[in-house]
Amino acid sequence: MTPVDSRLRIRDENGITVVEFVDRNILDEANIQQIGEEITSIIDNADEPKLLICFTNVEHLSSAALGTLITINTKIRSRNGQLHLADIGPQIYEVFVITKLNKLFSIYETSGEALQAFSA
Amino acid sequence: MIGEAATELVHAAQQCGYSEGAQFALRLVMEESIANALVHGHRDLPSNTPVCLRWSLDEKQIYIEVQDKGPGFNPDEVPDPTLDENLEKPRGRGVMLMRAYMTTVQYNASGNCVTMTYKKAVIPSD
Repeated sequence: MTPVDSRLRIRDENGITVVEFVDRNILDEANIQQIGEEITSIIDNADEPKLLICFTNVEHLSSAALGTLITINTKIRSRNGQLHLADIGPQIYEVFVITKLNKLFSIYETSGEALQAFSA
Repeated sequence: MIGEAATELVHAAQQCGYSEGAQFALRLVMEESIANALVHGHRDLPSNTPVCLRWSLDEKQIYIEVQDKGPGFNPDEVPDPTLDENLEKPRGRGVMLMRAYMTTVQYNASGNCVTMTYKKAVIPSD
């Protein structure tokens, strides 16, 4: 069950956990840490977890948020899972390109495309 | 706290006609530079040690200065986070993002004060 003060909206789509952010700005270190802990808990509770993180409505994020995404990616891969990112606005996507993290993550334009791309 | 400081600058930039892209950049570099000062610069100092922030702007340029009370560091020794061997490291992107989004980024000799400028893009007329 999602905590009352969760920074995330979480739903299941045919075995794929879809995560959206409550906040438009993912900048605050404390919130980022909480987000990381919540998502880590999701990963820990699934075999070969399939996780889609949607950035709908996210307007700003910091390098600390990128670091948490990297940690999540590493953890998912260690459990033989899959992580897709989607619905990233152009300014946020530019941050991924500048940092070359667009090479590390599987990024899709829409959540629909991202959901279809998960392998069984 | 950082958010409030950034919002004040972003709002002033908006009033001065800076683009949404510029406003995005300003909020990002404010977050990165102040977070660096607090997390790294003040690592061995009491958590309530303040960071000194100064900024000014006009229609052509924005100036930002962030000074911490720590011993400083050498920004040239920060590994390039875009290299393949560093891509999966969770930290080390703040300075790089500041340099990517600002017109100039300069550190003082000890590395505990960073000054950044952002020059408004001039769109040439035909």
